[in-house]
Amino acid sequence: MNRYDRQIKLTEVGYKGQKKLHNAKVLIVGVGGLGCPAAMYLAGAGVGNIGLMDHDKVDLSNLHRQVLFQESDVGRSKSVVAKERLEKQNSEVKFQVYEEPLTIENAESIIQQYDIVLDGTDNFETKYLINDACILADKPWVFASIYKNEGQLSVFNYKNGPTYRCVFPKSTRQNISCETTGVLGVLPGILGTAQATEVLKIILGAGEVLSGKLKLINMMQASEQTIKLNKRPEEVEKIRKGGIAPVYIDCDLKDKEQWYLDVREAFEQPKPKGKKVLNIPMGDLISRYQEIPNNQEVFVFCQSGKRSKNAIEILKNEFGFHNLKNVEGGIETIIDG
Amino acid sequence: MKLTIKYFGLVAEAANKFEEVMELNGELTARELKERCLNGLSIRDKDSVQIAVNQNLDDKITLKDGDEVALLPPFAGG
Repeated sequence: MNRYDRQIKLTEVGYKGQKKLHNAKVLIVGVGGLGCPAAMYLAGAGVGNIGLMDHDKVDLSNLHRQVLFQESDVGRSKSVVAKERLEKQNSEVKFQVYEEPLTIENAESIIQQYDIVLDGTDNFETKYLINDACILADKPWVFASIYKNEGQLSVFNYKNGPTYRCVFPKSTRQNISCETTGVLGVLPGILGTAQATEVLKIILGAGEVLSGKLKLINMMQASEQTIKLNKRPEEVEKIRKGGIAPVYIDCDLKDKEQWYLDVREAFEQPKPKGKKVLNIPMGDLISRYQEIPNNQEVFVFCQSGKRSKNAIEILKNEFGFHNLKNVEGGIETIIDG
Repeated sequence: MKLTIKYFGLVAEAANKFEEVMELNGELTARELKERCLNGLSIRDKDSVQIAVNQNLDDKITLKDGDEVALLPPFAGG
């Protein structure tokens, strides 16, 4: 019995379609709430080559929605664990792990190696980055975003169709993640599965691809709406001519006179402005601790308040800092505005 | 004219409603309606909010009786 028998029976698939799936290359950027279910269905369907990109580690608070991970995975690399689990699900699929963030430097060359990009990210910077790199590499990408009980879904840059910049030419500083707003696990489950569906349709050349349309889903209201999109050729042309246009999201902190230590990685957003904000990522603390003032109170923060707590422990135990205070709840709690 | 306004994401949250019906007199464009609806709501970057009229993304269109207007903010959770 062929493991793909039940889908090969569909006229949209058949043996020919199954071969297309086998030859396809899909990059999943962000193996989280959206990326986990998407990866499972794509691996299950026999998509032959899947790239799994995530620099994050599994956290206990991920498990309610990031269905590839188990309790014993907490603290381990998401992309590595995902590969292990998915290989058990389908040993015929080749997985490539990227334990690094997508950056302006690597985006185009990595995306170039794939046919389709599935966006499982949780921030505007990376969504614009995927968008721009896909324009330059001439690849379609399947977008999804969630906010509380709502989701947005579309396929961008498909056969010269509209791109993310055609819908949202201007970004917003309001970069709010599930960490801060809360989300039911089923919502990214629905959206991630819908993204995998679009990927399969694109590979198979079957059905109606959600290009030129933005689907809006409200899970709590049980409502759905599809908005027709138009291409803004000038937005696409700008990227084709000028290359990737990075989106930096800056912000002001509430107390301008206060010293702050940001222990997040350089790529993490939003970036606070101000002369009294130091950015020293966790990995550089030991080599750069002397830059931190030790004679006045310094507030230490990260995205959620967890890493900063660890940073304070290290700085206190190793270097005798007693003037550091953790910002519980992370950067969102100290942003002005 | 009678218009149905649909709110999404942060806009729905700030307005504390998903939908409302408005009675308005005079001529106005989708963009002018957006400004009117968002005025007084605590939303950063109002420019980023997009407008769809009768399920078509368009902010320049002049509204007419019976139109359905959706206010769509970008969001990025995953």
